[in-house]
Amino acid sequence: MSATVDLVVRTRVHQSRRRRTVIAVLGALVLAAVATSLMVGQRFYPPADVLAVVLGEQVPGASFTVGRLRLPRAVLAMLVGLCFGVGGVTFQTMLRNPLASPDVIGISVGASAAAAFAIVSLSLSGAAVEVFAIVAGLGVALLIYLLSYRGGVAGTRLVLIGIGMAAMLTSVINWILDGAGNWDLQQALRWLTGSLNGVAWSDVVPVLCAGVVLGPVLLAQTRRLATMQLGDDAASALGVRLDLTRIVVIVSAVGLISFATAATGPIAFVAFLSGPIAARLVGPSGSLMVPAALVGALLVLVADFSGQFLLGARYPVGVVTGVLGAPYLIYLIVRTNRAGGSL
Amino acid sequence: MSTSTDRATTGAATARHPGRVRTSWLLIVFGVLLASVVASVVAGARDVGVADVLAGVSGTRDTLAQAAVSQRVPRTVLAVLVGASLGVAGVVMQGVTRNPLADPGILGVNTGASLAVVTGMVSFGLVGATSHIWVAILGAATAAVFVYAIGSLGRGGPTPLKLALAGSVTSAALGSLISAVVLARNDISETFRSWYVGGVGGASFDRISLVLPFLVVGTVLCLATARGLNSLALGDDLAAGLGERVALIRLGASVGAVVLCGAATAVAGPIGFVGLVVPHLCRLLIGVDHRWLLPFSALGGAVLLTSADVVGRLVTRPEEIDVGIITALVGAPFFIWIVRRQKVRAL
Repeated sequence: MSATVDLVVRTRVHQSRRRRTVIAVLGALVLAAVATSLMVGQRFYPPADVLAVVLGEQVPGASFTVGRLRLPRAVLAMLVGLCFGVGGVTFQTMLRNPLASPDVIGISVGASAAAAFAIVSLSLSGAAVEVFAIVAGLGVALLIYLLSYRGGVAGTRLVLIGIGMAAMLTSVINWILDGAGNWDLQQALRWLTGSLNGVAWSDVVPVLCAGVVLGPVLLAQTRRLATMQLGDDAASALGVRLDLTRIVVIVSAVGLISFATAATGPIAFVAFLSGPIAARLVGPSGSLMVPAALVGALLVLVADFSGQFLLGARYPVGVVTGVLGAPYLIYLIVRTNRAGGSL
Repeated sequence: MSTSTDRATTGAATARHPGRVRTSWLLIVFGVLLASVVASVVAGARDVGVADVLAGVSGTRDTLAQAAVSQRVPRTVLAVLVGASLGVAGVVMQGVTRNPLADPGILGVNTGASLAVVTGMVSFGLVGATSHIWVAILGAATAAVFVYAIGSLGRGGPTPLKLALAGSVTSAALGSLISAVVLARNDISETFRSWYVGGVGGASFDRISLVLPFLVVGTVLCLATARGLNSLALGDDLAAGLGERVALIRLGASVGAVVLCGAATAVAGPIGFVGLVVPHLCRLLIGVDHRWLLPFSALGGAVLLTSADVVGRLVTRPEEIDVGIITALVGAPFFIWIVRRQKVRAL
């Protein structure tokens, strides 16, 4: 008996140590990626210059390039990565399906269609766009929920209805961009796959606010969400108020995703990839939210940097992450098959 | 399987007077097709009179109105052909995968064809329409095999959920690859756009005559497997017990469907949801016998695509909405409706 207890304790200690290590390493990598994208570019600036600019000093040349171009881009890349990562893993955890991320079931597409409509068709900017995006994101989430409700919501039905919704909203985006007259591929790709081109500080502020407000709300639900993993009946027996928790979790996750989407478009597959990658790294212990958020940030930063400088042409970040998704999908399915599970 | 309830009810309805019900529906759908073809020739950005229509159809293009009409004729023919092909391909895919949600768009087959065409255009400088068709068929086949393979891994084989997810994620990834290919070449982005959204606007009789043989071959292959598809609906074991060569039927039908999807995508771009909506509606009308369902879905697909094209021309006159956008806007709610009707276990 005591030997078993001892083993359990040792495994738990080992797992939580692994989790802390992974989080620390991921955090360091994110910071390193931000630092690299501040220093490296068409022109290299040494760390001292970059640090001076970040601290608010005037450095000839670097103040503009680093302070006005690279810094908002890197910060926004990190923020939207965090948002997509945490939003994605929330949905995957709640629906107990690694493929049920907001970019597959149409929520990001809905927010993107609304943002594109507000910017391209109505010529709005600033807070109005965010309002459109978040209302549409929540609207799509609610619609999918209601449409899949038939005496209870089954995960499979919800995911399939989400896929249908995503297909329809994608064609709405095509329609909006098509009717805009002078069709611009870069502009179109922003709303279809996500892009960080031409980012300014005004794009960063709303995402930062959303993260500061909604992030902690979502993190506070971690324990309840973990209990819900045991199944609805077990969770409510353990005292989780299912509907309330679901609503709080959905609203904050959709909020994060929508604000990020309004700023950069739905960066393809970041929400889909972050959770499972984090799960591989951390192992079967504790919540995936923080590691998934860090993985998301790292993915966006690295993909944006590669899209700008490492590949032949300048690709928007969403194209790079979208291409990354394909081999990962094969891997996911092959691995699930070997384990004898079903998706 | 999953549509067994509605199959049972329509089965009961058609069992009483199978011939009469089918023939009258066939006549009705044929009438609707004629009406939508006429509408497609007459309607558009420019209003035309009866005399102009007659002159334009016979090839005269002396006035602007006559020229407009003579442009609409090949466009209408192409819409009919592509719609019919996608309808037939949809029936076959739903039959082969025994999956009510199968559709060339949802399963990523059209996106595979698109990626192949775009890559061919950009990397290998393929310009001829015939080479586009071959490349598109190759791409469609690769995507179909890939999606079916990953969708059928794991417990329970190829369930609708796994196939739909595999298809949608694959087409998203392929879509990114398409953007990556196109972005490197700004000069082709405009040609690419009009083709990619899915449209029949740029039709000409030259291109139609190039693609026609492929469509005929694909349709014949599909029709030849109609009896076999009826047996497949009973399950592989029973079909084999009835003396059908299951693998051969699957192969023949899939090749036919892939040829149809690839060729249709090569001329009209990826058009989704026609292959999903039409077979379901036709099944409601005339039952589940593939020998009737296949030709009927061809007619239905032609009606859907032609009328979607007319609607796209009229809604935002004088601008046009590409037909691929209209079919997605109509088809996606239909997809959701089908999902809602199914029992959860069947998914």
